[in-house]
Amino acid sequence: MIEQFDGVELMDSGHVACPGCGGALALKLALRALGEKTVLVIPASCCAVFAGGFPQTALKVPVLHAGFATTAATASGVRAALDFRGERDTTVVGFAGDGGTFDIGLQALSAAAERGEDIIFICYDNEAYMNTGVQRSSATPYGTRTTTTPGSGWKLTGKKNIMEIMAAHGIPYAATASIAYPEDLMAKIRKAVSIRSGTRFLHVYASCPTGWGFPPQDAVKAARLAVQCNLFPLYEVVDGHRYTINSRGTDRIEAYLRMQTRFRHLEPANLIDIQVQVDEAWQRLRRKAKA
Amino acid sequence: MRQVLEGSQAVAFAVRLARAKVISAYPITPQTHIVEELAKFCADGSLDGRFICVESEHSAMATMIGAAAGGVRTFTASSSHGLAYMHEMLHWASAARLPIVMAEVNRALGPGWNLWLDQTDSLAQRDTGWIQLYCEDSQEAMDTTLQAYLLAETVNLPVMVVLDAFFLSHTFEPVDVPGQAAVDGFLPTFQPKFQLDPAAPCTLYPMAGPAVYMEMRQSLQAAMDRVPAVYARIQDDFAARFGRSYGVVEAFRCDDAEVVLVMAGTTASTCREMVQNLRAQGQRVGLLKLKLFRPFPAEAIHRCLKGVPKVAVVDRNNSAGAGGIFAQELKAALCNRQERPAIYSYVAGLGGRDITTGTLESIYWKTLEAAEPTQDSQWVDVHEELAKS
Repeated sequence: MIEQFDGVELMDSGHVACPGCGGALALKLALRALGEKTVLVIPASCCAVFAGGFPQTALKVPVLHAGFATTAATASGVRAALDFRGERDTTVVGFAGDGGTFDIGLQALSAAAERGEDIIFICYDNEAYMNTGVQRSSATPYGTRTTTTPGSGWKLTGKKNIMEIMAAHGIPYAATASIAYPEDLMAKIRKAVSIRSGTRFLHVYASCPTGWGFPPQDAVKAARLAVQCNLFPLYEVVDGHRYTINSRGTDRIEAYLRMQTRFRHLEPANLIDIQVQVDEAWQRLRRKAKA
Repeated sequence: MRQVLEGSQAVAFAVRLARAKVISAYPITPQTHIVEELAKFCADGSLDGRFICVESEHSAMATMIGAAAGGVRTFTASSSHGLAYMHEMLHWASAARLPIVMAEVNRALGPGWNLWLDQTDSLAQRDTGWIQLYCEDSQEAMDTTLQAYLLAETVNLPVMVVLDAFFLSHTFEPVDVPGQAAVDGFLPTFQPKFQLDPAAPCTLYPMAGPAVYMEMRQSLQAAMDRVPAVYARIQDDFAARFGRSYGVVEAFRCDDAEVVLVMAGTTASTCREMVQNLRAQGQRVGLLKLKLFRPFPAEAIHRCLKGVPKVAVVDRNNSAGAGGIFAQELKAALCNRQERPAIYSYVAGLGGRDITTGTLESIYWKTLEAAEPTQDSQWVDVHEELAKS
């Protein structure tokens, strides 16, 4: 049950996201936690579209639309300018999709993290290039069919572990979150805001009815099943090495995979492969968290 | 105060005098001396700015865009491959109408790797919506950088201040460095026309469909169209305060000339000497130095070339398949004029090959003696055997 939110909604309902869009829900929840003293940097992504086209916008905070690869670099520039203007209590937030984080935006993100830029980088991960018609990204998991991994050429390599990459930078805070766990998501964003130094990274699981192939009303269900089967565990990494796990799944992966058409082609043997991968990743994470 | 400065230092001193707040760059020879100097200024506190060491030129320009949208004065510098890597964000900066100033040191693009002077890098960015100003010496580099801020902030367009690799970037010359108070009088504190502000939230650069995009680009064109008049006013004001003026082009001994050589950058200095020498021998030769390249100063060029029968454009650049770029621009600017010179196009001095007074003199004689111009650019001082192999 989500707590009653009586603050100011900074994202209006007039956005143009697909019904059941996990990314739009992620942004709405994030803005509840971020508050009005926020500047958003949005690269090319679904969000660049659903935030609203000129002259309309669904967002009530200042927004800078940025080049695809540039979220973290652009945010660094905004931060530097706000510092000179004495706007220290304004949070600069990059809000990028998985393509703008795992792929084309990774170089600038890594550099900003290494420089210790005082920014929050939120990746809303829908596991492919959805805006352009569901092409695979390096966040697309093993076994997925996309428009560039079609037919029998479904993706045979695993999802890039962006959390480990970001943790390896030794940043003060990295956390996973899910649209199915809004209190946890908002608490993590508030925590990221409160740290006020260094780059803070949030990896938010944002299910996509359009690209994954399930009815819009099942968006939260899909995201919840991913956590409940440990495919997307909720956890935090402080200073790059102190791990805390916030979820503990007990389900197997079948229910999650079988509700999505992107996995419909998988044979029982493939499901076993994926279950093994998920179990191994979960055990590795537990070892890191000593849990 | 007169100081002996490298061209790179002259730019860095100007950026400090302009009180730029956010500087971001990625190192590339021969731009490095500019940014090293500025990093030092930020570190020793003589400039109240932040130097952000980014991991690429693409990110450098993105950081400028973020900072300029955040409402502060910005600076970056690049060259060659770095500028090419920045290309996407050059379009973004101009259409975002952000008054970013960049120094660009002309260097050849590989392969093969070549660190030396070639103008193809900056000229290949001619369609990105940046104002481009070319410099001949260190004093001009300093003065142009100061003027660039006022110009950029008046018309809300980014400005590229272009310097020749090594011949300008790494050459020490005496430079009159203006005092801070005088510069503050010329270039007031930056007052952005818009900025990201939580107290007055707005969205910058959202999706723009067919119903609005074209008008946005037309307004960019209109801003470019204002540049010649605005820059003339700025130069007049600068001249009144500091006693130096450059114009958008400079005609040197073009009166009654039979042949005028046209070029930009340090080659113009070599050409001045050649013109003096030949004039002393009774030859009617002149020099037209291009300073402003974008927007292209067609009116000023037409005025300067009135009555001149032949023009020889010396391009230290080449657009493969189309020839020297300044020549193309000049032809396009003059083709609809009743009175226009015959335009001869020469490609010379690519990748740092020297252009001497002898080179320019041979171009003069070749042009003078030719019956009519060739359609294609003529390549000067090439080793024919090497070119064939």
